[in-house]
Amino acid sequence: MSESPRVVLTGIGWVTPLGCDIDSVWKKLVSGASGMAPITRFDARTFPTSFAAEVKDYDVAEYLRDPSLHQHAGLNSQFALGAASQAWRRAGLDRFEQLDRSRVGLYLGAGEGVLDTENYMRANLRGWDPEARCIDGVRWAENALECMHAQKEIEQEPNMPLAHLAREFEVNGPAYNCLTACAASTQAIGEAFDIIRRGEADVMISGGAHTMIHPLGVTGFNRLTALSTHKGDPAEASRPFDRTRDGFVMGEGSGIVVIESLEHAAARGATPLAEIIGYGSSCDAFRITDIQPDGRGAAAAMEMALDQAGIDPGRLAENGRPPIDYISAHGTGTQENDSIETRAVRRVFGDLAPSIPMSSIKSMMGHLIAAAGAVELITCVMAIQQGELPPTRNLHHPDPELDLDYVPNESRKAPVDTCLSNNFGFGGQNDTLIVTRFKG
Amino acid sequence: MTTQRRRVVITGLGPICTFGIGIKPMWEGMVAGASGIRPIESYDASAFDCPLAAQLAADDFDVRKLVPKTYRKATKVMARDIALAVGGAAMAVEDAGLVTRATDPDGEPTIPPSRTGCHIGAGLIAADVNELSLAVSTSVDEDGEFDLSKWGDSGMGNLTPLWLLKYLPNMLACHVTIIHDCQGPSNTITCAEASSGLSIGESMRVISRGHADVCLSGGAECKLDPMGVLRQQFAGRLATVRDGDDPTRVVRPFMEDAGGSVLGEGGGILVLEALESARSRGVAPIAEIAGFGASQAACPDTVGLVYADDDRSVQAAITCALASADCSPEDIDAILPLGSGIPVRDAIDRRAIQDVFGDRASELPLITCVPNIGLCGAGSGALATALAAECLRRQMLPARIGEEGAETPGLDAGPIEARSAELRSILVFTTSMGGQNTALVLRRFDEEEVDG
Repeated sequence: MSESPRVVLTGIGWVTPLGCDIDSVWKKLVSGASGMAPITRFDARTFPTSFAAEVKDYDVAEYLRDPSLHQHAGLNSQFALGAASQAWRRAGLDRFEQLDRSRVGLYLGAGEGVLDTENYMRANLRGWDPEARCIDGVRWAENALECMHAQKEIEQEPNMPLAHLAREFEVNGPAYNCLTACAASTQAIGEAFDIIRRGEADVMISGGAHTMIHPLGVTGFNRLTALSTHKGDPAEASRPFDRTRDGFVMGEGSGIVVIESLEHAAARGATPLAEIIGYGSSCDAFRITDIQPDGRGAAAAMEMALDQAGIDPGRLAENGRPPIDYISAHGTGTQENDSIETRAVRRVFGDLAPSIPMSSIKSMMGHLIAAAGAVELITCVMAIQQGELPPTRNLHHPDPELDLDYVPNESRKAPVDTCLSNNFGFGGQNDTLIVTRFKG
Repeated sequence: MTTQRRRVVITGLGPICTFGIGIKPMWEGMVAGASGIRPIESYDASAFDCPLAAQLAADDFDVRKLVPKTYRKATKVMARDIALAVGGAAMAVEDAGLVTRATDPDGEPTIPPSRTGCHIGAGLIAADVNELSLAVSTSVDEDGEFDLSKWGDSGMGNLTPLWLLKYLPNMLACHVTIIHDCQGPSNTITCAEASSGLSIGESMRVISRGHADVCLSGGAECKLDPMGVLRQQFAGRLATVRDGDDPTRVVRPFMEDAGGSVLGEGGGILVLEALESARSRGVAPIAEIAGFGASQAACPDTVGLVYADDDRSVQAAITCALASADCSPEDIDAILPLGSGIPVRDAIDRRAIQDVFGDRASELPLITCVPNIGLCGAGSGALATALAAECLRRQMLPARIGEEGAETPGLDAGPIEARSAELRSILVFTTSMGGQNTALVLRRFDEEEVDG
């Protein structure tokens, strides 16, 4: 097979519960900060989980060339626009006039928009016929047509962030949105990487955006008993790899990257921030609620990515270090995920596994669901650039079953060249990306 | 293009639409010029502008009969969209002659699970309105409004613990991969009507890069619930139906008096397979997917509600598909566009056809199916692709329905009976609300022409 083009990251941007620009959020990550607090979006005081990691003090208008183009944008699209604008500028594409916009594609792992709960519930309650125990279709429709809003409903379609980004950056290349729960944006970036490797686009805007911090979103995860119901300080609720972990904490936001063929980046004089060298994707095909207990599916994704990157997970690298310098864990803080992820990493890296630092930033900014993977990949890029590993916060009670180096509580300076980022979705999708320091 | 491509063929068809499950009832309905559009049956939809839809008859589709006995319990947590995908996958796997965990739990699968991928397009799935309303009906304040405090305290307990999993879009692929043991790459594309086409394109890439040999690929959706109909009405996409209108003539794609679309429930799963895999197991491909293209329309101010007046991006997707199929517009024998009957949408698609095909645009036969099976959201592209593949297999074009003498300016899209035709390549293109466009070139598979 002939050489595929190399693919580099040239732009990164994020909107997160810890802030909305790359550098200040990075500082918070390496200082072990927390973005958790009581939910302010709605009155959640009686919910089993009443806290989350919300994006604060964010105004999308600050990022846009003409905010009126996006006046109806839903919250997930607003997050995507802010993150993408940062990435676009960081890549220098705002100053590159010769850009062929038909060769710029989009691949997002964006979630559905926020339900208009108040009016939706009003239509449901007014349409409800308690005797028949079903809705009266006519009454439901009359109420819904009166109280619900067209734009708010359309904006819930999961492809709307794509439409907004296409509008903002006037790009016309191939466009996809995938929604594989918590793995979505990792998968999106992986497939965007493949699209460039195949020559179907020169540049891809990729990543994810999501919020499920609304009454039915919290309800759904509370009913699944997936969320932490920690009673004390919310900042201590997300405890990945800790023996006392009791579920994840919802976050929200967006991570967006600009990736492009090395040839395209070089021709316009852009500086690569890192290079993507491996992507793997697999499916558990096990159960709708549970992960394959032996970690087979997660291991298959990591092995596929390592194979593509030409990295042998069983051997030390030429510099005498482990084959991977840092693993960004999926690390949700549920009993099941953290055990199985540890098992999967063991399965892939064998005896070298404990020598590879692996942390979960979900301990600090919560679980950004579809957007988690992109934010975590950007964390890997920053670790390479800064030579520092973010910690796993709240890891005070080691779990005897979990025997890897989770970078507990304190960040760590370390030489970092190559990072692996894992994300696993409810529903069985497993995705892995490998990024490395760019060497010309 | 620098990477070598593996050729990808279709070896199994699993469409589900108003005519029934599998390609046979769909083909028969399309050849007969039938239409499944009739009043919505599951609730009184008469307060909507369009109370019609193309539904599956209850007797025709029971997902419990299409899953292994051990999996029947899980059908309780399947939204209709999921059930349609699961049913489509069962039909596709059977049509392709594959042994999977579902067809023979003790047998050797035809394709190793790790080499089997799954890409299924899905829509925004609304919660079952009766289930949710019943659950919230006890969480009301003295004014009869929803009371969040009561809901958080006790009301939410009325919902089954797995409630969320009925509605996550990736649950279509989740169930299909579990049932058939597909452990290769799996994805869920959510780009409205373009979802299936993009899923097929992604399966082709995954097979081409060597990460799978077979993919179950397609999409499914049912927007017939009140919330689904409401959103489509809000988006201005549905026809306004008046008393006395003939339901089978409401959708009039490319016709001068077109007034909007009608929803359908349906979708389809196709078995996509690397050519060498099909050959090695001695299976004759139904058709080859020779080319794929995708693009994004420039979006208007009011994103989503108004279509971009942008035929250029549709043209770009088609041109890209033709180029990747290594063919020119002259090689195309028929076109299957979205053909929704939404005037502004059809006008853009018409211009794209005219841009690409020039003088031939008015002579190339169009295949339309929305008047028959409704607009099936994320399932649209898979149904169109299955239909086009069957046209190639049978060398025949299905009927097009409409009022006698209806004009379709500049295009061959008016009513006509089914007829034989010499078909080598068919262009299928699907445009979406949200601006994603996909185009596929399907080619008749001719073993003698294989260049090895």
